[in-house]
Amino acid sequence: MSINTFKNIILAALFLSAFNIGFASDANGGGGDNKEGDPVNTPEEINEYIKHHVKDSHDFHLFSYFSDGEEHHVGFPLPVILYGENGLSMFMSSEFHHDEEGKTIVTKGESNFVNLHGHIYELKEGETTVAFDAEHHPTNATKPIDLSITKSVFGILLLGALMFLMFGGLAKQYRKRDIPKGFGRVLEPLVVYVRDEIAKPNIGPKYRKFMGFLMTTFFFIWISNLLGLLPFGFNVTGQLAVTAALAVLTLVIYLASSTKDFWMHQLWMPGVPYLIRPILAVIELAGTLIIKPFSLMVRLFANITAGHIVLMSLIAIGMTFQKDMTIYGSTALSLVLSLFITLIELLVAFLQAYIFTMLSALFIGMAVEEHEHH
Amino acid sequence: MEQLLENFSLDLFVKQTVLFVILIFLMAKYAWKPIINSLNEREDGIKNALDSAEKAKREMENLTADNERLLKEALVEREKLLKDAREIREQTIAKAEQEAQEKASKIIEKAQEAIEREKKVAMAELKSHVAGLSIDIAEKVVQGELSNKNKQLKLVEDMLVETTLN
Repeated sequence: MSINTFKNIILAALFLSAFNIGFASDANGGGGDNKEGDPVNTPEEINEYIKHHVKDSHDFHLFSYFSDGEEHHVGFPLPVILYGENGLSMFMSSEFHHDEEGKTIVTKGESNFVNLHGHIYELKEGETTVAFDAEHHPTNATKPIDLSITKSVFGILLLGALMFLMFGGLAKQYRKRDIPKGFGRVLEPLVVYVRDEIAKPNIGPKYRKFMGFLMTTFFFIWISNLLGLLPFGFNVTGQLAVTAALAVLTLVIYLASSTKDFWMHQLWMPGVPYLIRPILAVIELAGTLIIKPFSLMVRLFANITAGHIVLMSLIAIGMTFQKDMTIYGSTALSLVLSLFITLIELLVAFLQAYIFTMLSALFIGMAVEEHEHH
Repeated sequence: MEQLLENFSLDLFVKQTVLFVILIFLMAKYAWKPIINSLNEREDGIKNALDSAEKAKREMENLTADNERLLKEALVEREKLLKDAREIREQTIAKAEQEAQEKASKIIEKAQEAIEREKKVAMAELKSHVAGLSIDIAEKVVQGELSNKNKQLKLVEDMLVETTLN
């Protein structure tokens, strides 16, 4: 890597972390001691804030600021689409007024909806307030089927559109010229990289059939990881449901394309003593059906979530250490540490996309491989 | 594990699966397929071009080798021709010299013979001429000398002297 590229990466990371700190300190402005309308500045509040950020939500929250002791949220609402007991209901998430405690009730037709920590519940008929049991679970509400464009779904759609524009553009360029120019020249080596370093060596001559899945997965994960580093609060690959969906798709693909040979080796491994074969079959089956997809799912989820939590915690140093190190010291420490971790996260963003795609290709390769008969 | 489950949202899982499958098909049809096809085509084209360049290079090498061989052969041929020509020339000159020598000696011989012959003839003629002259002179002298007694005597005496001198 040349010095120039390295410098550019440092600059980008600096830009990102500075942006993030600016974003966090917006929530830090103002004063006052009352609970509501108080800036996020105690460790508990920061914990809560981080947990909230990592989760999916129904509206797109950019930042909050405080003035005159009041909390102002800046962001935009997203459509909520629900299929409940009385059919389909649609409204904008702004109707909840940022309430997540179940206090604001949105009435659409016959149904009453509340938002409880990011999950939307439909009150049973005749109920007007949410009742909770000892573990703070609602007792008089059901969960409708939630088809809302949540923040993550919005992210997925944005990602899809972005990918389609970028690579569709590259595909279109090939109609006119042999060598793409402009941004296509950046994308082409990445495509070649996925084909030559991930698909071909792991799958072998049958690689062509799986290119669609592998390419889409690689670029989806990578771009969404990078999007997560931008200060807009996207956390698409940090959602367990998203990584689970990707892992299950890998599972389905390698099961659907598995050869007879593969199952012979799974269930009745040749070349080992007969007594061990059933035990091996159990282990192999568990590996193929559960462990492989589970490890894919958790690895990506945990890496990205951990990255977000660590980055936000380091940014929070700027607030929590103000008493011990003065405002300049804590900001400087927070800036240096978050710059460093942003650099690492840039690497992790690529690495996790590579690992997920590489392992998917490896598992597919194992399933389609034709063994030579001994 | 419980926290993992709490984080898991089935709705999002379904939405992601559907959207992602749609994305895969869209991307495969409109992006990956044309991209990979063009990349493969281009790579095949490059490979073919390299192969034919290699072939052309080998042909060029063969041609050059042929040329060099021909050139060498031509040089050897020329050398040989020059050598032959030189030999022939030398032979011709030697032969001509020899012939000339022979002819010259023959001519000289003939000339000498002719001179000898002419000399003999000339000598014979001279002898006879001298003899005639001597006789004429002798006649005249005798006539003159014999007109006078004294003179006759004197002549006899002179003649005698001459004879002894001769």
